[in-house]
Amino acid sequence: MSSSQGEYFIPEPSRWPLVGSVALFVAFVGAAGMLNGSGFGTFVFGIGIAALIYMFAGWFSDVIDESLTGNYNKQVDVSFRWGMSWFILSEVMFFAAFFGALYYARVLSVPWLSGEGNGFLTNQILWSEFTAAWPLSAMPDPSGFSQFQEVIPWNDIPLLNTIILLSSGVTVTFAHWALKKNNNKGLCWWLAATVVLGFIFVYFQAGEYVHAYQELNLKLDSGIYGSTFFILTGFHGFHVTMGATMLLVILIRAMKGHFTAENHFAFEGVAWYWHFVDVVWLGLFIFVYWL
Amino acid sequence: MSEAVAHHDDLHDHKPTGIGRWLFSTNHKDIGTMYLVFALIMFFVGGAMAMIIRAELFQPGLQYVDPLFFNSMTTMHALIMIFGAVMPAGVGLANWLIPMMIGAPDMALPRMNNMSFWILPFAFAMLLSTLFMSGGAPNGGWTMYPPLVTQLNDAFPFLIFTVHFLGISSIMGAINIIATVFNMRAPGMSFMKLPLFVWTWIITAFLLIASLPVLAGAVTMLLTDKYFGTSFFDAAGGGDPVMFQHIFWFFGHPEVYILILPAFGIVSQIIPTFARKPLFGYESMVYATASIAFLSFFVWAHHMFTVGMPLAGELFFMYATMSIAVPTGVKIFNWVATMWKGSMTFETPMLFAIAFVMLFSIGGFTGLMMAITPVDFQYHDTYFIVAHFHYVLVPGAVFALFAAIYYWLPKWTGHMYDEKLGKLHFWLSVISVNVLFFPQHFIGLAGMPRRIPDYNMQFAEWNMISSLGGFVFGLSQLLFVWVVIKCIRGGEKASDQVWEGAHGLEWTLSSPPPFHSFTTPPRVTDAVAHS
Repeated sequence: MSSSQGEYFIPEPSRWPLVGSVALFVAFVGAAGMLNGSGFGTFVFGIGIAALIYMFAGWFSDVIDESLTGNYNKQVDVSFRWGMSWFILSEVMFFAAFFGALYYARVLSVPWLSGEGNGFLTNQILWSEFTAAWPLSAMPDPSGFSQFQEVIPWNDIPLLNTIILLSSGVTVTFAHWALKKNNNKGLCWWLAATVVLGFIFVYFQAGEYVHAYQELNLKLDSGIYGSTFFILTGFHGFHVTMGATMLLVILIRAMKGHFTAENHFAFEGVAWYWHFVDVVWLGLFIFVYWL
Repeated sequence: MSEAVAHHDDLHDHKPTGIGRWLFSTNHKDIGTMYLVFALIMFFVGGAMAMIIRAELFQPGLQYVDPLFFNSMTTMHALIMIFGAVMPAGVGLANWLIPMMIGAPDMALPRMNNMSFWILPFAFAMLLSTLFMSGGAPNGGWTMYPPLVTQLNDAFPFLIFTVHFLGISSIMGAINIIATVFNMRAPGMSFMKLPLFVWTWIITAFLLIASLPVLAGAVTMLLTDKYFGTSFFDAAGGGDPVMFQHIFWFFGHPEVYILILPAFGIVSQIIPTFARKPLFGYESMVYATASIAFLSFFVWAHHMFTVGMPLAGELFFMYATMSIAVPTGVKIFNWVATMWKGSMTFETPMLFAIAFVMLFSIGGFTGLMMAITPVDFQYHDTYFIVAHFHYVLVPGAVFALFAAIYYWLPKWTGHMYDEKLGKLHFWLSVISVNVLFFPQHFIGLAGMPRRIPDYNMQFAEWNMISSLGGFVFGLSQLLFVWVVIKCIRGGEKASDQVWEGAHGLEWTLSSPPPFHSFTTPPRVTDAVAHS
């Protein structure tokens, strides 16, 4: 609870939070401009993202300096741990919204559209020809949607990707064990293996998207199946990319010898995040691809 | 005290100067002040919109604004009051008070704290800019139901991104509050000694972290539905517009408690002080708050009883909703029992707190009425629901916030506020707020729909009375601003304890308190813990 090892570190005034707020503002305005079809949108969005990267680099380099100069006592470390844990919970809830949408569509609203439950009149009045199925390749009103016949089978690339991602969870644990034994070389190699596995996963996922778009005609606008498939796998793929990038930063820091067996919260925080994307993938593999 | 510590104290009591003190702040008090000032400004921006609404509704027929703009006003008024006024005011109080109440030097993550705040002005600049866009500001209601909301023009992506932006701010703020309370308590400050305001904020922060990402997901699906061809909420592609309502209200109902739980905490601090008695049933208050928060995740569909759900759903959500009355009843009972046989005095904070207990209960009872599914078919989308949620939010949440400002302002500024003017503000507010909202029950029961600029002649009298109450209430708040400014500029010197019956760590600090609250953690004994 309290610090018996010196005072809690309160940082001096910092410009990064304001830089971050402005960067997000510029990025959002730019993105809105892009969606509204105004000419300036892409440019403004680019500036916002660049400013955001600048903020992350600056803020984190301040934090790393403070950590290396020994400003952070045990209590500060615990604050970071709570911060990261609750951030991951918020991410879990973000994915929960999309899993909820998948559940609602598959189990409730699609059957109702075909007349199940008390959906008889809905079916009769709207699309009486419609029958429920999953994957829903015959939409209630097919006009305007990309038609598809096949979907990605679970026992192909997705299974391989499952093995890759679960293995990367193992390698990151080996890296942690090496770190706890102060074996920096082992840490770097196992981390490098994790980063490589992460990016291989993203590469396969991208290949799967190309396949779906070009050969299966399964797209974002392929009705509720395409919507849930791409939003879930897309946001997950984005998180894997972020996680692998974070791991890469940790690898560079490990190579510089930033971590010790006692003091390595940054490594653990990113490892937690990595396990989180792993668990989300398992949910995806089961509910999106398999069942 | 060793020399090193003394030197450090010296370093930290040196306040940064100039505009940089505010722009780059890492200080919980400065950030708290910015939150509170921002909330007050937004209270007046949203209030001005409410005045436009009440002016248009003063008489039947179309007088001042066109219907589309009227609907923009109702939508923007809600978004601004919820996300711009009440929530930031609660976070501002949390910033100011939690470190002082738990014996900490500052918040756990001070830089992130500043980012949580500085997002707000930019987010509301985005939202307010939509007033000047082609197609106008958002006008489909703050609940953003598709397919109506996706028909918005240029304002649409700005609305969606504002919600994302505010979500980022609130989640960071909530993480900070939890990390602070879990990790920064002074030795001896166990969880069951925490002041109730701190408890309500832990639980509120949990609700924020668990519910706001769901809202972010919901509005992301709106965005992809409009621009990227998905059909989450389009039945033609196998989706369902009702699905949005389910996801939205999964966020929306916890959001209601995000607005009111800090108010519960405030009232639980103030009533014991002026009743000069310890809070009745401290533990049951903690458990009741936690139960309300837990139940809030299982009642969302009571907002959509008329949308066409299976009977089992209607029944489940009816009973689940009613069960919330039990822990809420415990709280009301405890507040009344705290006052029972107390030696009470009625300074302005206490007046607002008592009004809170009485008027919030009226809002609670109408809530219970609407929880009854069959009768809700009559109340749904009428002025009855408008009366209900304004009773819980205005003489509920907002009165508690006024009470908090009057209660802690002497601690923050070192000066007593003008008690006469404070009482005048209270009486003007409490009378006008009832004139404003009570008649809306009648016109709602008689069938007047909400979000409509014109109405049948039969509703004319009560609408006129309601509008008059609204104008008086709006003007009365200018008096509040004057009282606050006057108190900041000077006034009778406040003692450290300020109120005779006040207990808790914040009252052991000087008035005004040092720049960093507790650089060395205090020892917490039963005597200074919550009373």
